[in-house]
Amino acid sequence: MKRVIMGTETAALAAVLARVQVVAAYPITPQTVTVEELSDYIGKGELDAAYITVESEHSAMAACVGASATGSRTFTATSSQGLALMHEMLHHAAGGRLPIVMLNANRALSPPWNLYCDHTDSLSQRDTGWIQYYCCDVQDVMDSTFIAYRVAEKVMLPVMINLDGFYLTHTSEVIDVPDQEEVDRYLPPYDPADKVDVDNPSTYGCVCGADLFSSLKYRRQMETLAVEQAWQEASDEFAAQFGRSHAPVQGHNLDDAEVVIVTIGTAGGAAQLAADALREEGVAAGSLNLAMVRPFPYESFRRAVSGAKHLVVLDRDVSFGAEGIVAQEVKSCLYGKSSAQVHCYIAGVGGMDITEEILADMARESLGGQKQGLELGDSIWIKVLP
Amino acid sequence: MNNKILKQELLAPGHMGCPGCGASLVMRYVLEVLGPKTMVVMPAGCWPTFVGLYPSTCLRVPVMSVPFATTAMAAAGVRASLDRQGKGETNVLAWAGDGGTFDIGLQALSGAAEKNTDIIYVCYDNEAYMNTGIQRSSATPPGCWTTTTPASAPKLEPKKNIVEIMAAHRIPYVATASVGYPRDLMDKVEKAKGLKGTRFLHILASCPTGWRHDTELTMEVARKAVECRAFPLYEVWDGVRWSLTPMAAKTPVTDYLNMQGRFKAMSAPQREVFQNWVDEDWARLSEKCGDNPAA
Repeated sequence: MKRVIMGTETAALAAVLARVQVVAAYPITPQTVTVEELSDYIGKGELDAAYITVESEHSAMAACVGASATGSRTFTATSSQGLALMHEMLHHAAGGRLPIVMLNANRALSPPWNLYCDHTDSLSQRDTGWIQYYCCDVQDVMDSTFIAYRVAEKVMLPVMINLDGFYLTHTSEVIDVPDQEEVDRYLPPYDPADKVDVDNPSTYGCVCGADLFSSLKYRRQMETLAVEQAWQEASDEFAAQFGRSHAPVQGHNLDDAEVVIVTIGTAGGAAQLAADALREEGVAAGSLNLAMVRPFPYESFRRAVSGAKHLVVLDRDVSFGAEGIVAQEVKSCLYGKSSAQVHCYIAGVGGMDITEEILADMARESLGGQKQGLELGDSIWIKVLP
Repeated sequence: MNNKILKQELLAPGHMGCPGCGASLVMRYVLEVLGPKTMVVMPAGCWPTFVGLYPSTCLRVPVMSVPFATTAMAAAGVRASLDRQGKGETNVLAWAGDGGTFDIGLQALSGAAEKNTDIIYVCYDNEAYMNTGIQRSSATPPGCWTTTTPASAPKLEPKKNIVEIMAAHRIPYVATASVGYPRDLMDKVEKAKGLKGTRFLHILASCPTGWRHDTELTMEVARKAVECRAFPLYEVWDGVRWSLTPMAAKTPVTDYLNMQGRFKAMSAPQREVFQNWVDEDWARLSEKCGDNPAA
């Protein structure tokens, strides 16, 4: 069914269609509509689930941990400061191998306060062990939620679905809302092989020695690295059923591209337009939407940019004292595997618009054109006040 | 041990607590009443270290070990999940020390209690952060030695009144108990078990390691605390009906203090502060309880 629907509403509806059983969440701008809608769906009996109102995001994830460990399909949503407050619990959920799915509305961290889009909140959680997926449009929010549960419950790891604050959370688009039967066919009920249960008493998360600890971490790393393939397969299966693909790496005109604009989140659309405009100028340009940041999709990424000479990486974030986080990830992926030059552009932090023109200018500058930004360390900053 | 009281013994031999540990006995008594259909959720503290190195466990019920600040809300998640699965008969036992309850876990506890979440919350109170090496908590009594309230920087504040805080949430049942009186302790767990909603038990657990007393004095110290009213026994129903548990006649705090090394360095004025704190709290409690009989 076609429907005009906003990003945050879509996340709630996707959770309903995924038949989540426990929701625990704390409201925060710009995620609020999602938790409001979910409490209403559950209140009206349109979703047979428990909704736990909590007094903080830390407690939200604690309740999700309790619910997931005892065998319920669990959902939550947060943003920015809330995600930062959850930090300890993010490690706990991933280490506990709990297939929780969480929406994160990407928003700047204070101070100073700013409610708008910025990726530092989620990117600074990339070492917690969560699978991180970044949506490029509203349809992606709907579809990736189903893929997320399918992958999470297969590999027993939590998934963070990221939506650009306001650009995606508060944008309405026409999307295809699948039927419940179709979703059920793709996403069977959650039936974990192992859960905390009084009929089979065991411990969850108790103390262990260094040898076992080290082995558990090794195994988790092995299984996390395999998620790139698992997500690709789940995306292929989704495409076979629904006709839409949501792969870890999504390329546009990459086959012969010498310059590739790399983005995460909603800037992917503008990047496509920028690449098309550059093509009209005779530049062999393409764009790459890096949908998955954790695990980093090493194989797909290297394959996708194998012919490129310049990678123009947009970072809506900064790692102070280093450079943009996505650029660091890209460089790490390509080190020793590619001679392409990586250009790190920091732009759009705190909600500044990233237009097709800005992205095209970054590419032109990388190819030796007029300088647009301010160089600082290994990055170039766009639209900094003089 | 000729065990005439405990029939189920859900605490297996070989736990890793200190000799004479009061908190291990509290678990033993609580589980005796709650039985095998109980899920324990506990944060950092002494107890997770007792459980044993994975995959060993000294408890014959499931244990979830969760981060420090989360006990009550992790338990709320377990409760919601079990209810959704039609397992309402399983007890969810949130289990934390005084640090995990009075201090770092208080916000989550209040969050769960405000919603009258259907859990039994036990705070085993040994009056300091014992697992990390005897540091002050807000449950530490005034003048008491800990490694962060040494004689050079004594604790001046009275012990936080956690029962008043919990009663203010108007939850169905709040009670205090002492490991020194197992029968009373188990009776109160039985009462809690028979109710729905948030039930809070504040249980004094003597700690030979941190309190600096001989290991064979665990029960006696815990009884003396009750006798001198440093830890009076009472119940609060629905946050409004307070009732004293019958206790032996009130004694001066001196005997109680003298049994323990942690009070050794207290000056005479500090002892007076302690006695005054006890007397004032006792007077206030007696007034609240009036002649209400134990239910």
